[in-house]
Amino acid sequence: MTTVLEVALRIVLVLGVFLVLPLLVGQTEHKAMAHMQSRLGPMYAGGFHGWAQLIADGVKFAQKEDIVPAGADRAVFKLAPAVALLPYLIVLVAIPVGPGLVAQDLDAGLFFVLAVMAVGVLGALMAGWASANKFSLLGGLRSAAQLMSYELPFLLAAASVAMAAGTLSLPAIVGAWQPWWLIWQLPGAVVFFVAGLAELQRPPFDMPVADSEIIFGAFTEYTGLRFALFLLAEYAGIVVLCALTTVLFLGGWHGPFADQLGWLWTLLKTMVLAFVVIWLRVSYPRLRADQLQRLAWQGLVPVALAQLALTGVVVVVT
Amino acid sequence: MSVVEVLFVLLGIVAVGSALLVVTTNQLVHAALWLVVCLGSVAGCYLLLSAEFVAWVQVLIYVGAVVVLLLFGLMLTRAPIGASTDLDAGLGQRAVAALTAGGLAGIVITALVDAFSGERIDLGGDVSTGSSASAGSALFRGWVLPFEVLSLLLLAALVGAIVLSRRDVGVEPEAADGGPT
Repeated sequence: MTTVLEVALRIVLVLGVFLVLPLLVGQTEHKAMAHMQSRLGPMYAGGFHGWAQLIADGVKFAQKEDIVPAGADRAVFKLAPAVALLPYLIVLVAIPVGPGLVAQDLDAGLFFVLAVMAVGVLGALMAGWASANKFSLLGGLRSAAQLMSYELPFLLAAASVAMAAGTLSLPAIVGAWQPWWLIWQLPGAVVFFVAGLAELQRPPFDMPVADSEIIFGAFTEYTGLRFALFLLAEYAGIVVLCALTTVLFLGGWHGPFADQLGWLWTLLKTMVLAFVVIWLRVSYPRLRADQLQRLAWQGLVPVALAQLALTGVVVVVT
Repeated sequence: MSVVEVLFVLLGIVAVGSALLVVTTNQLVHAALWLVVCLGSVAGCYLLLSAEFVAWVQVLIYVGAVVVLLLFGLMLTRAPIGASTDLDAGLGQRAVAALTAGGLAGIVITALVDAFSGERIDLGGDVSTGSSASAGSALFRGWVLPFEVLSLLLLAALVGAIVLSRRDVGVEPEAADGGPT
């Protein structure tokens, strides 16, 4: 009986985190981006500095008409938002928040996380194809091309940490983490974070959704709740990427009073990284297709391979 | 039958059913998407056999990479929405294909049943056989030679792909005439 209760409690907790944190990141983006651009951002919804803006947005999205284009492939079109969103919910299950505080400790947790995240990209491809719209198809093509080049450095950087810790289990990786890894694994951390941003199609890697040239790419034809689900998937993706970077490279719950406040450290590091994601969006212009590919193949892949070699040498020597 | 066995049979039915849909549907992109279902349920079967590592590698490589590549190729060639009846094979070709697939399935099933029908693996007790640690040590201790041979094969394929995609290879540059040979 207790185990059933415990499992239910864990699922509710994961669901709560999944519903709250992306909204928090979204609201932070509204406000931080506004202040960086000398604006105020939302000020009215909810009264105090527009704190309820995203809730109001949600209500607005729910009221909108749900349109499926006449020429679209109905089944695939309707399924795509769920395929894009659900993997991020499932990934949260394996991410450790504090010492012993993880919904499910998996033996091959790192592989689980990377594999399930890779499924999420199918959502954008399905949406791009099923919309029966040239802009959407271009967006889908661009996402596929981008994802194929950035998946490799993403995996190589993650493999480096697994080698350093000698395990694939995420809690065990955090457990093995030492402060000097911050310098040792720094190139890998940068590669992981940048490649992750590209997988999420966040600016400056937002060529697949470039709203000023191909009108939000694969999501052009989506309205109402389905569009909101895609937006939620983007912010959930930011939370998952930042949490993963925290767990793999920044030592997760390590910090003063880690035994009591470990979960707070993980959350804090995750939110700082999320702020960096927003900051990058405001700071950098969009990369062109050739710049994207050059960065991936001539920049990130060699650095990731060098990091793997360095990790191997240090692991063997020490 | 235990819960695991029931789940295994259900996943097997899903895998076979979606595999049949892959080859019978006349919408190209739907075939690729049914392939996702098929490969995913095979990964589920691995998971039920407590081969956790193999299951996630299956999802990562096949669903995450191979199907994305397939969809990219289909989109590049303007896969239409709706049926592509002009791609349908003739009746004779279908019969030969069905015969070949059925024959191959029969041979594999007979061989597997003949070889392993009496063997039972206890999944309840020691489940370390499918963990990443045991898979890694088996791969790099017992099977390291086949592993290295396979990587050589992949390298050859990679070099071949580069040669095929470069148009300037094979055309003799004129400057080479005067140089030492």
